[in-house]
Amino acid sequence: MVWANAILQGVLVGGLYALFAAGLSLIFGVMRLVNIAHGDLIVLSAYVALSCITLTGMNPLVAILVVAPLMAAFGYMLQRYIFNRTLGDDILPPLLVSFGLSVIIQNALLQIYTADSQKLNAGPIEIASFNIAEGLSIGWMPLLMFVTAVVLIGALQFVFYSTPLGRALRATSDDQEMARLMGYNNRHLYSLAMAISLTIVAVAGIFLASRANFDPTLGPQRLIFGFEAVIIGGLGNLWGTLLGGIILGVAQAIGAMIDPGWQILAGHLVFLAVLALRPEGLFPRVDG
Amino acid sequence: MPDTPLLEVSNLQAYYGSFQALFGVSLSVSAGETIAVIGANSAGKSTLMKSIVGLVRTADSKIRFRGNELTGMETHRIVAGGIALVPEGRRLFRSLSVEENLMAGGQLQRDGPWSLAEVYDLFPVLGERRNQPATSLSGGQQQMVAIGRALMANPELILIDELSLGLAPIVIRDIYSALPRVTAAGTTAIVVEQDTAQALSVASRVYCLRGGRITLEGTPNELSRAEISNAYFGV
Repeated sequence: MVWANAILQGVLVGGLYALFAAGLSLIFGVMRLVNIAHGDLIVLSAYVALSCITLTGMNPLVAILVVAPLMAAFGYMLQRYIFNRTLGDDILPPLLVSFGLSVIIQNALLQIYTADSQKLNAGPIEIASFNIAEGLSIGWMPLLMFVTAVVLIGALQFVFYSTPLGRALRATSDDQEMARLMGYNNRHLYSLAMAISLTIVAVAGIFLASRANFDPTLGPQRLIFGFEAVIIGGLGNLWGTLLGGIILGVAQAIGAMIDPGWQILAGHLVFLAVLALRPEGLFPRVDG
Repeated sequence: MPDTPLLEVSNLQAYYGSFQALFGVSLSVSAGETIAVIGANSAGKSTLMKSIVGLVRTADSKIRFRGNELTGMETHRIVAGGIALVPEGRRLFRSLSVEENLMAGGQLQRDGPWSLAEVYDLFPVLGERRNQPATSLSGGQQQMVAIGRALMANPELILIDELSLGLAPIVIRDIYSALPRVTAAGTTAIVVEQDTAQALSVASRVYCLRGGRITLEGTPNELSRAEISNAYFGV
């Protein structure tokens, strides 16, 4: 039962990893931009939430309603006025700009908030749990994270495959020049995609900060977890990203059971195995 | 011919980087006409089409559509103004179904005669395959999707680049037989073709391009085979 409990906790943490990954996957899928600053934007969201909570005393889960629109607006402007200027046939300029953004965010957070660890206090829900069997319990907070991940990925899937905006995003992802010939304004579409990505980032950042301590240097590791979930799940498949997050979470949980020092390593090993044996991921998107 | 042309191109100079592809091309198209632009490979036909919709850099040129200057305007704004391009090679959106491709073409929701129902009426096979991935269709059917997608924008001017490229003669004939219905609905057309006979069969006027310059202009009736051959091949 100890193992079953570890695996269950791994599944639930996988939801958080899927949240790290979903925005990353969306941006790569739509504009082939590898956003190196993605992890730092997650941490930035956590600090924005910290400021909101310090100013108003609101609960972190309520702060999502404030931070998500703020990050969405920031994402739109970031894409419209910075990343759009770098997009073209060469993928290197946007990669370098996102790397620079990562450095700037980390150092700005260090300057403003210092290197001290912080944590958001979500209240009694953080430690509340219920038993589903003897020795097998589910925490309300991890369950909330997991359900939120499923709902958000389901919503993204709906937007992508059942709305005019999704059709536009898929069209511009397929052939940006042809999309312009359909009358689509690619720069606006890319900015909307970044706004959606940073909305998910905001949710991920607040959950991350409610679950454990965070500091300005935490971003790159969250980026790696996000990357791993995307690659394991398969590029271009949102539900695959969720499954990738779950596989990563379970691998880490099993690794931690074997030896606490193996937690992160086990996740990396599973990622490496998938990359070596099935580089397109376990559930890649299949185009007609 | 009405006094004010629908499209007027004057002294068009087009470039890919530092390479100049068009040298002082001028042409004029009136509403309701079907224009054929013929010429061999690398004559500059596709560049001319791309220049009109703002996809190629131009300099010292004037492109006027309904009297409005298009030079320097962004492609999506030119398209919104009433020009659609069916590109060489069709370039359908591979992750979209047939119907989604058509709806992408109609996303501007301009008023006009073309709707999904009209396009399916023009090309019934597309209606039967509306939910299939567009790129799973045959070459001819993909060309129908490409034309339907452009028509869905309800353009006043449709530019069709290399309509017959890579298609079987019987398929080309089928697609060309649909063109009169397009123009009868009030859409002006410029058809770029290497297949001169096919182009002349639908055109009210012809321009021939060679080496990035216009070498011949006239109506199919007034041009002799020798004149066309001379303009096309330079012999």
